[in-house]
Amino acid sequence: MEIIDAKPGETLLLLGNEAITRGALEAGIDFATTYPGTPSSEIADTFSKIARYLKAKGKDVPFYFEYSTNEKVALEISAAASLSGLRSLTCMKHVGLNVASDAFMTFMYVGCRGGNIIVTADDPGCHSSQNEQDNRYYAIFGNAPMLEPSNPQEAKDMTVDAFDISEELGLPLILRTTTRISHTRGIVRLGRIKRSRRKGRFEKNPFMVTVPSVARARHPVLLEKMKEAEKLSERSRYNKIIERGGGLGIVASGVSVGYALDSLEILGIQADILKLGFTNPIPREMCGRFMEEHKKIIVLEELEPILENRLKTIAHDLGIDVEIFGKDSGHFSRLYEYNLDIVVEGISKILGVENPLPEGGKTKLKLPSRPPVMCPGCPHRASYYSAKRASPRDTIYPTDIGCYTLGRSPPLKMADVLLCMGSNAGMACGFSKATDQKIISFMGDSTFFHAGIPAIIDAVHHNHDCVITILDNRTTAMTGHQPHPGTDLTGMGEPARAIDIEQVVRGLGVEYVRTVDPTDLKECEKAFREALDFKGPAVVICKHPCILIENRERRKRGEGIPVYQVNQERCKRCNRCIKEFGCPAFYFDEDGKIRINEELCNGCGVCAQVCPFGAIEKVGERR
Amino acid sequence: MKLDIVLAGVGGQGVLTMASLIGRSALRSGINVLVSEIHGMAQRGGSVRCTIRMGNVNSPLVAKGSADCIVSTEPLEALREIDRANRDTIVLTDVNPVVPPTVIFEDVDYPSVETILDEIRRNCRLIEIDANELAKKAGGIISKNVVLLGALSAIDILPFSHEILLEEIRRTLPYKDINTRAFNLGRKEIMRRKDEKR
Repeated sequence: MEIIDAKPGETLLLLGNEAITRGALEAGIDFATTYPGTPSSEIADTFSKIARYLKAKGKDVPFYFEYSTNEKVALEISAAASLSGLRSLTCMKHVGLNVASDAFMTFMYVGCRGGNIIVTADDPGCHSSQNEQDNRYYAIFGNAPMLEPSNPQEAKDMTVDAFDISEELGLPLILRTTTRISHTRGIVRLGRIKRSRRKGRFEKNPFMVTVPSVARARHPVLLEKMKEAEKLSERSRYNKIIERGGGLGIVASGVSVGYALDSLEILGIQADILKLGFTNPIPREMCGRFMEEHKKIIVLEELEPILENRLKTIAHDLGIDVEIFGKDSGHFSRLYEYNLDIVVEGISKILGVENPLPEGGKTKLKLPSRPPVMCPGCPHRASYYSAKRASPRDTIYPTDIGCYTLGRSPPLKMADVLLCMGSNAGMACGFSKATDQKIISFMGDSTFFHAGIPAIIDAVHHNHDCVITILDNRTTAMTGHQPHPGTDLTGMGEPARAIDIEQVVRGLGVEYVRTVDPTDLKECEKAFREALDFKGPAVVICKHPCILIENRERRKRGEGIPVYQVNQERCKRCNRCIKEFGCPAFYFDEDGKIRINEELCNGCGVCAQVCPFGAIEKVGERR
Repeated sequence: MKLDIVLAGVGGQGVLTMASLIGRSALRSGINVLVSEIHGMAQRGGSVRCTIRMGNVNSPLVAKGSADCIVSTEPLEALREIDRANRDTIVLTDVNPVVPPTVIFEDVDYPSVETILDEIRRNCRLIEIDANELAKKAGGIISKNVVLLGALSAIDILPFSHEILLEEIRRTLPYKDINTRAFNLGRKEIMRRKDEKR
């Protein structure tokens, strides 16, 4: 396994996320925790793979790693490790920090002992998220020092240095990436892996118990530490001027640094670039000098105008006369992610020069869109199909975060509202009191453990009349099949006690609980009908493994995957398979006949139960 | 040197694997490279786009009209990337449509494959290949992405030899025999067409 076996000085092609994990190893990390979430997942997955690889080779694993129940728990565990003197890291997606924010805000007051890194992977453009919040505000909000890498090499280097900075200041540090840093592969030159310590010791100190009197005493200490942090920021190697000459100055951070460099070349113009990597606290003196030397400044940063506003404040405070272009001037947007098209166009407009990028190819054809869909053979489709058949017309379907959110698409349309992890059940409770409609809500197994349980307690305590469904596919599927508390292995590949969802739900006091295999359509529909008839909260657990895992296991055992085809003589074109069940392996051919694309079919066979004429048959197996 | 490649296809067809194999081959050849990937929700049967930039580059995405080559595992997805192409861009695409379910529920048809290919031809240089058929011949449809890599290696655009790419495939992918056959079938198909031209 290259990422752990490669020698110092060697180069590897690493994802930004993998580079962060390697950096942590080079910093001698002792402890890592996470709750998986795109675009952060591969940081933790790499720790998990390394742990399992070393274990399989009979070697010692130099760190403790776990997929925690949720981000808040992950951060609390990592904080405890840090306060025991260990180097620890927690990684999560941007909205994960919302979940962990309660712990985060006060952890900043308590401070850390062993270096503590909180990685937040933001998702400008919402590639796989419910919002595109800018987590740089969390660094400002909580008074946390922050580093922002601009490429995979820097992601690795910054992670190594981040532990030193965190320890020097006694403060947890935010390492903030975006999708285009986390999911870009680049060449990374490796350093030496440092020995870790494994076990620390917790030394008691009354200033860690944040009662009001302590909190009042810790707040000024935090602000003092951030003054020290600003000094580090002023002389950090991650804040530097890339001199290219010319009177124009560009200030950029993160992936925008690369766009700035490439745009200058495309435009054939000169400009100095103030590249900011240590962005909180911002190096005020350095920024002031840069603005004094350049009368025209362009700020390149995705999402919120944070650097832009800070530069304006600094210019105002220091009385610098400078023109600052960015989002307020209307040249760049607060929406979505940047790319070369956007940056070249913006700079061209500001400078009043022609955009030199060639017009790309064009087509007048209207192309059908191809949004992500639930996979062929996904057990969630079967669950939705049955729930829909069981429920009256006006039923509300609150949904949650996971593959099953994709059930919003036609023909199923089984997702009506979504806020965040766990929101399905809370909203089900609310709708049950606010309306007279029937309610069936949906959440995944990992989501149930993460944030679903408190709302079920609420449903039991207040006797909310709703059906709450747990789609248990035995994994955290959407983010790459990570384990969760309901599975029997830890992230380090060690046996774990699998928590039985049905037992938990019964323990909470739910009186109607049924576990069904959703690929048995009749049984599943029956369970939903009974649950809807039940007065009070009812829970249906649809339990069947993710088809991708099921088929992977089949291949491992040397078994084939069943191939189904439509028997055209029996098919009466009722279209139920294609227009009600909606598995994406079905299509109409040019003659209007219904066919199954064998490249896509995953062989679950549920469609054979859907067909009222027995026209869908197993015809063989494929590899 | 600078080379901009766009890889397109449908989630599950192995586009990410192609990107990482090309990226590693560049690394082995001492060439700077950035590969931008799509993970997570975008992967579940949706359109997938990866970009690979080699040489003197600092950012991962390909600008409009600037791709040297577009490689696609599905014809509609090749056409979807046409705004990245210019007249000289080579578009290498498989010809087997994967019809998205949206055509059943929205008022947009999947155009005929011929129409799609004509549209690409009108804009740039098209190389079409039936990668499904060659993949099946190699021993499994799952190797269709490797067929396309073999074909790509024969169009003289990559700054490293086809041996390096094949070695990377053999080093990192399972089903080594099937994938080696797939690579060679894709490569031979393009070489044969070149010979015919001569």
